[in-house]
Amino acid sequence: MPRIVVDVMPKPEILDPQGKAIVGALPRLGFDAFAGVRQGKRFELTVEGEITEAILEQARNAAETLLSNPVIEDVVNVEVVAD
Amino acid sequence: MSSELPLIGDYSPATGAALSGARIGVVTFPGTLDDRDAARAVRLAGAEPVSLWHADESLQDVDAVILPGGFSYGDYLRAGAIARFAPMMSKIVDAAKSDARLPVLGICNGFQILTESHLLPGSMIKNDHLKFICRDQVLRVENNNTAWTTQYAAGQEISIVLKNQDGQYIADEKTLDALEAEGRVAFRYVGWNPNGSRRDIAGITNEAGNVVGLMPHPEHAVEAGYGPDHTGTDGLGMFASVLTTLVGGTK
Repeated sequence: MPRIVVDVMPKPEILDPQGKAIVGALPRLGFDAFAGVRQGKRFELTVEGEITEAILEQARNAAETLLSNPVIEDVVNVEVVAD
Repeated sequence: MSSELPLIGDYSPATGAALSGARIGVVTFPGTLDDRDAARAVRLAGAEPVSLWHADESLQDVDAVILPGGFSYGDYLRAGAIARFAPMMSKIVDAAKSDARLPVLGICNGFQILTESHLLPGSMIKNDHLKFICRDQVLRVENNNTAWTTQYAAGQEISIVLKNQDGQYIADEKTLDALEAEGRVAFRYVGWNPNGSRRDIAGITNEAGNVVGLMPHPEHAVEAGYGPDHTGTDGLGMFASVLTTLVGGTK
């Protein structure tokens, strides 16, 4: 079934407490190459049938109104993924 | 909504019998935890609590509304994000913005719902230390002219319960500056910032002063013997304040 992927990230200027905790844990496991981590969200919207431009537009609107909060997050990607 | 009689302490309403006609709605969403406590606080302040269900569309002619704490819709997606789209919330948003300026108090998850509904600016993210926190918290009343704070003195320090995981209040610098300049910071953390909130902000109000949101829980500090330090009733002032507001009274 075709999917639309929406990626949401915390805004760059906002400290990401979860990412900060992860970056602290990485070197303890020997992963010492990483200076920073930011944790975001990935949504997969499945569609029955073909993904039209209208459906993609709906996904963009949903991304801005429900899937993200513009005060703290940016929608960084909305794309169609073929299976 | 029934609210049981208190077990100990002074049960007499804080306000006169003349105010007892006020009806204050308490909204229950799936995952709300503190609706019973909020209803109890309303009762103790001398008003009648009215249970409002998130999926209903009638405000039942209530005089004010409380959005209580909890984890509405499991806090999935973001705290308060899905509750915002409940039919009851649409009614509350309209009533809060109407000429009647329905008084609305959002506590903890209720505050998060108010920011997601754009009735209040900013947002809450995870506490900077990443842990759930539960403690007695001292707040300073920065604005005692809102619908929910008139019974406090300006600058008064109160001690109520704080309990949350996503309590870090954030907004951009421009918004924060505007909040400060317009006196819209209603409550500030004193002594210790428990979650990394910008400028120690614990609660804010809208421009009209009828909508107030705060992370700590006034409804858990309304009965002698149960509040912070087992004596605190500092939260009762918020519920008494709205009654004063509703009868058009002043301090």
